[in-house]
Amino acid sequence: MARKNARPGRTLAVFFLVLAVVYGLVALGGKWKPELGLDLQGGTRIMMIANGHPTSEAMKQARSIIDERVNGSGVTAAKVTTQGSNEIIVDIPGQSRDDLVNEVSQTAQLRFRLVACQQSCSTSSSTSSVLPSTAPSSGASAPASGAASAPASGAPRAGLAYDLKQAKGKKKHKKHKAGTPSSSASPSATASAAPSTAASPSATPSTSTSPDQKGDVSVDQAVQFMNNPPADWSAKLDAYTCPAKGSANVEDNPSQPLVTCDSSGVKYLLSPAIIEGTQVSDANSGIPQNGVGYVVTLDFHSAGRKAFADATGAIAGTNQLFAIVLDGDVISAATADSRINGSAQISGNFTQASAAALANNLKFGALPVSFDKLNGISHSTIGPSLAGNQLSAGLWAGGIGLLLVMLYCLLYYRGLGLVVIGSLVVAGVTVYGMVLLLSKTADFTLDLPGIAGLIVAVGITADSFIVYFERIRDEMRDGKSMRVAVEAGWRRARNTCLAADGVSLLAALILYIFGAGDVRGFAFALGLSTAIDLVIFFFFTHPTIQWLSHYKFFNRGHRLSGLDAEALGVDRITVGGRA
Amino acid sequence: MSKFTRLGNSLYTGEKSIDFVGRKWTWYAISAVIIIAAILGLSLKGLNMGLEFTGGTQYTVTVSGTASQKVADSVRTAVGGSGVKAASDPTVTTSGAHNLIIQIKSVSQAENTTVLKAITDTTHVSAKNVSQDHVGASWGKEVATKAIQGLVVFLVAVMLFIAMYTRQWKMSVAALVALAHDVVITVGVYALSGFEVTPATVTGFLTILGFSLYDTVVVFDKIKENTKNLRATKRSYADAANLAVNQTLVRSINTSIVALIPVAAILWVSAVQLGTSTLKDLALALFVGMAAGTYSSIFIATPLFVQLKSGEKEVLDAERRARRARQADPYANVPAFVEGMEVEDDGIPAELREGEETTAPHGFRTRPNTDAMGRGRTAPPARGPVRESGSSGRRQPTRQPRSKRGK
Repeated sequence: MARKNARPGRTLAVFFLVLAVVYGLVALGGKWKPELGLDLQGGTRIMMIANGHPTSEAMKQARSIIDERVNGSGVTAAKVTTQGSNEIIVDIPGQSRDDLVNEVSQTAQLRFRLVACQQSCSTSSSTSSVLPSTAPSSGASAPASGAASAPASGAPRAGLAYDLKQAKGKKKHKKHKAGTPSSSASPSATASAAPSTAASPSATPSTSTSPDQKGDVSVDQAVQFMNNPPADWSAKLDAYTCPAKGSANVEDNPSQPLVTCDSSGVKYLLSPAIIEGTQVSDANSGIPQNGVGYVVTLDFHSAGRKAFADATGAIAGTNQLFAIVLDGDVISAATADSRINGSAQISGNFTQASAAALANNLKFGALPVSFDKLNGISHSTIGPSLAGNQLSAGLWAGGIGLLLVMLYCLLYYRGLGLVVIGSLVVAGVTVYGMVLLLSKTADFTLDLPGIAGLIVAVGITADSFIVYFERIRDEMRDGKSMRVAVEAGWRRARNTCLAADGVSLLAALILYIFGAGDVRGFAFALGLSTAIDLVIFFFFTHPTIQWLSHYKFFNRGHRLSGLDAEALGVDRITVGGRA
Repeated sequence: MSKFTRLGNSLYTGEKSIDFVGRKWTWYAISAVIIIAAILGLSLKGLNMGLEFTGGTQYTVTVSGTASQKVADSVRTAVGGSGVKAASDPTVTTSGAHNLIIQIKSVSQAENTTVLKAITDTTHVSAKNVSQDHVGASWGKEVATKAIQGLVVFLVAVMLFIAMYTRQWKMSVAALVALAHDVVITVGVYALSGFEVTPATVTGFLTILGFSLYDTVVVFDKIKENTKNLRATKRSYADAANLAVNQTLVRSINTSIVALIPVAAILWVSAVQLGTSTLKDLALALFVGMAAGTYSSIFIATPLFVQLKSGEKEVLDAERRARRARQADPYANVPAFVEGMEVEDDGIPAELREGEETTAPHGFRTRPNTDAMGRGRTAPPARGPVRESGSSGRRQPTRQPRSKRGK
């Protein structure tokens, strides 16, 4: 009487195949023990001293941003605290995680600027020989425009050939007041030649070019600056020399033009910032469909989107460049073929890790403080914060608890108890496999509360089986034979479990979206264990019961099957048609 | 064991029945007492927030030898046992090869001296090798704000979900009341016991939250199923809901046993092996919360839901139908005598008791039937529509054939 399409054997085979694939992936990772949390294993402590005298508010903000950076998914279980008035301490599980130092301490101040001059502002800029290849910093484009930007190799900066009206239409164009920007401005002449110290070009109050106190300069003004860079700024560019190695270490003031370099030593004169990092709504990393290297894709809020579209529209087809400036360094400069009304891509010399780290940092915003990279940052190894006996105690407790649960199930459900035990074992194996896989791919770490959570999840997992078995028994009490009862009970138990697990999944999803830190970690674990519960229930427990219902031991109600008349509390059970 | 399984069958058929719905005021009173105790504890003692929420003091000790895990453990015991309340659960870690880091909650000057002495005595270093600093909270306000935001959204979403699934918004209300009941009790346990609230505790609260709703949905699903066809079963809404709870009772007992055994094991092992520890605190909260979660779905959520429903026309109709059905055959639910049937203590056979829906042994007795029916005091209302009949020239009551009448 089983349903025609019921092929329990096939479902079971597919299930075990998938499980084998999971373990195959784990084997590729080559790690058979999960990463333990700070409390059980210790980890790396990074101490960072902020520059200057930040306010306590700024420190708090910096703390929470760093917390989101290292613990964005909530499964890493890192701990970020402030100490004293100007220190931030990051504790990360796992030994020697010094690779994270850079990611954690990066200020991530992102700005979009237009490039007025490269290397030098000599008016004979149409000679392309002046410009070295800008290959390393090429190719910002947008998915919207397809293969928008060819690398701006040796692009001659033609100062004509664009029309603001055509490009932008409705926006008020060309304030002539700002047209001759800082002819009267007095450069402070602090463009010191000392390469490693701050060139601080922003010290000059070139008032006419910064009408906007709140930072963002309108695209019109930036375009004006780009086409007619004032003489004092081009002089500064000429005076500036790029530092040999590392960051230019310039002070990046958004309302001011900027002289800086990219990683290959090309120096730029840049307009005031047109888009700030705060306009970035989301950032992701990956390889574009027809690209080769890793890129970081940025999505903007509406104002940023508009400014980006205006700016790309203004330079479209002119071979003029716009630059993406991160912490004062040009990380990418590119042309645009057309007005780009979408998201921006940053390409550069990214590896997978560095692209992911940059996207992560841009997503959570810039730090309000900066750190002294040379002497302000130190890291050390820290030991576990819980005594060693806690882990063994937790594991012992889990073992004893599981044993008791199995004993109870065997006593109460007899033969069916074996199915419960089998399901729990398979669930345990699946959970362990997933934890291993996630600790490899998502830095999932298991701390003591996490282990306790997994043990508690056993009870919730077992509940679906209990609901199912009780349903089967109820159906048999109504006089159905076992094989009929298995199907009828399944339909009812399935609905109950879907509804109840739906609530859990909903909780996991919403808490993950809205929560932060530990709450996210919890939501993740809850979602994982609920999903595994459903998978086991649908693809292991039910097919197994279906399969067992073909055996006389069960469908004739053997005394040890758990489905005999006595266990059901009835006088006699109905056996199948041919009995 | 066989008694228990027997019970499962009699609960399923309704032969035995515990009156969860009818005796609601008893359950409400029990819960009210516990909740008042919890609220009193919360308002008088307050919660003991941990280092992660409050921030505190950090001591960095440079030890003379190597800073091994053993030294860290002994310092942890010494500081924890120093008698300073804020330092009862210190965080002690090794840092590098020669440093120990001890974090405790903020302390007064005198307490600071005590803690410092405990540290220097255990590690045999002079006080000048110990530096102090203030550490901020790692669970800042914004994490809490976000968590509460998420919680509110979740509660709204789950109300919508339950209302959509069961098509009865009153079920979501009852489920939420049961949830609040569980959470208040668990928070009260923390306040009364003075356990430290850590991020792990928050995780525990969320687990309880999830479990409570999960369990309530399982019970409500059965109620939904049983009350779907009240017209045919001729039961009142309260009786159908009560039967549903009784039918899921075996599941509820089994689930709570299976869910609580591992937690109890953690509680026991950590209490015996470890003394005071975070694990024990967490396990206690989970134990209380999960027990409360199973209790509240049966004793709070279900009666409350039936009470909320009791004014609805549909429910009142079902009530009337049920009463009528009982009147049509008052003994319909009295089981026929079979061999080996339990006989009541007072010697009156089950068949001779009137007005009782079920015959239950003591302890499981349902409330007495107080209806005046079948005793000749009130004229029964007409069973069906009364119409003219040609045979006698006067109105005749109609009677449906037995097959149409149900039982």
